Amino acid sequence: MPVELMYPVMIVGSVGLFFGIGLAIASKKLHVYVNPRIEKVLGALPGANCGACGYPGCSGFAKAVVEGKAESNGCIPGGSKTAHAVADILGVSADVSDPVMAVVHCNGGNSTARERALYQGIEDCLAATLIGNGSKVCQDGCLGLGSCVRVCPFDAIHVTDEGIAVVDQDKCTGCGKCVKICPRNIISLIPKVHKIYLACSNHERGAKVKKYCSVGCTACTLCVKATPSGAIAMENNLPVLDYSKEENFIPAAFKCPSKCFIDLVKTRSKANIDTKCNGCTACVSVCPVPGAITGEQDQRHVIDKDKCIGCGICLNACPVHAISMWGVGSNVKTNTGKR
Amino acid sequence: MVNPVSLIQISVGAIFINNFVLARFLGLCPFFGVSKKLSSATGMGMAVIFVMTIASSFTWVIYNYILHPFALEYLRTIVFILVIAGLVQLVEMALQKYSPALYESLGIFLPLITTNCAVLGVAIINTDINPVTGMPFSFIESVWNGIMSGVGFSLALILMAGLREKLEFAPVPKALAGLPIAFITAGLMALAFLGFAGLNFFPGVGG
Repeated sequence: MPVELMYPVMIVGSVGLFFGIGLAIASKKLHVYVNPRIEKVLGALPGANCGACGYPGCSGFAKAVVEGKAESNGCIPGGSKTAHAVADILGVSADVSDPVMAVVHCNGGNSTARERALYQGIEDCLAATLIGNGSKVCQDGCLGLGSCVRVCPFDAIHVTDEGIAVVDQDKCTGCGKCVKICPRNIISLIPKVHKIYLACSNHERGAKVKKYCSVGCTACTLCVKATPSGAIAMENNLPVLDYSKEENFIPAAFKCPSKCFIDLVKTRSKANIDTKCNGCTACVSVCPVPGAITGEQDQRHVIDKDKCIGCGICLNACPVHAISMWGVGSNVKTNTGKR
Repeated sequence: MVNPVSLIQISVGAIFINNFVLARFLGLCPFFGVSKKLSSATGMGMAVIFVMTIASSFTWVIYNYILHPFALEYLRTIVFILVIAGLVQLVEMALQKYSPALYESLGIFLPLITTNCAVLGVAIINTDINPVTGMPFSFIESVWNGIMSGVGFSLALILMAGLREKLEFAPVPKALAGLPIAFITAGLMALAFLGFAGLNFFPGVGG
């Protein structure tokens, strides 16, 4: 081998060897023990790094879970599936909470709610609230500039042509990022099993609201009266729905004269009375819709399918169990509190 | 021994006149990749200063005591890559062991810049003749050049991040939104930095 080739090969080779051995020794000497379960937990997480758990990204949460600082069900977007997977790795049982979803408490779009100014600034709700608190007359209405759309890691919230943010209930994981960013504070999390929510956040009352929004809550309290269990209470001129009482909100939504409630179930199944009916009229007295159940005393009663709202209250009122729910509807709830 | 004036001249030269990003066009990848947020740009800048300093000192020793005596200067590029990559790995491991806090803040940036051209660039420039003194770079001068080149890189990166944070809210035409407008901004910044060439106290340096 010629000498002029030997030196370069030797030098570069020895430098490489030196660093190779150095790194090998260093990796043994400077080895930091990382709990292998952290990697496993990280693999079970969705990996969206949304931060809903309160830790900096999924790796932060994985570390906290393994160290026992966080609960195994801390990952909100992952839901029960992730909670079980994480709990399996840690060898503990998962305490799974009900899945939640975000809803926007406003339905006052371009055609229903009046504007008082033309906003031409930065396309961002936070910026718009800084300039005279937005362009809508309603001080609690959705601005529709999409701050929540940009912050959503799951592409689950969009602004409609009407200029209202709407949550896609299938994509929403309930991480709560939109709830935090909304400058109007009109987004909240509700249990996913409940499909009805109030789509208004206005705290004014009566005719004043009607002047600038045709779908605004006038604080008429009809929804409160339609819910005898007290799961709806008026607070600062706005009904507050208590989902923890697992109440049937279908009659309240039906009674609202301004149509402020949004039911995510498009068609609910209707009640049907079969031949077991003895004509006791118990169902007529509990039905929230006048004229939906008709019939003479001691004769089989009939339900008007066009009027029935599918609330299911009559099911439990019937002493002979003659009423059942029929039709295409989904997610039928009765007032027994069962799911 | 070490002329303080020459150190000042090296600083001005490395930060403004021959800024790595805006005059030499080295290290453009992290310049565009990590300049979206001011906080991460600052972290990246600190990591670059750190790595450039270490790389300058080690490559100077290797060059002057191994490559130069054996007349193997032409091998500097490949040897420097080897040295810098190995070194950064080593430093990363040491940081993780002895200073977890520093590792948390710099850790994610370190692997990104192990073989960055700006880091290699400063090591190779240190093997040239120092235009200030007309002599080869001494050890202290080359380390100082490494620190100041890193400061220059950080300056460009942080300025860019500040601009891009503002750009987020500017009504940019859709076709230009995002990276295109960032490139235009960088071009304008480079033009502005070209003005510092007038400060040239050492004729002969490429400006």
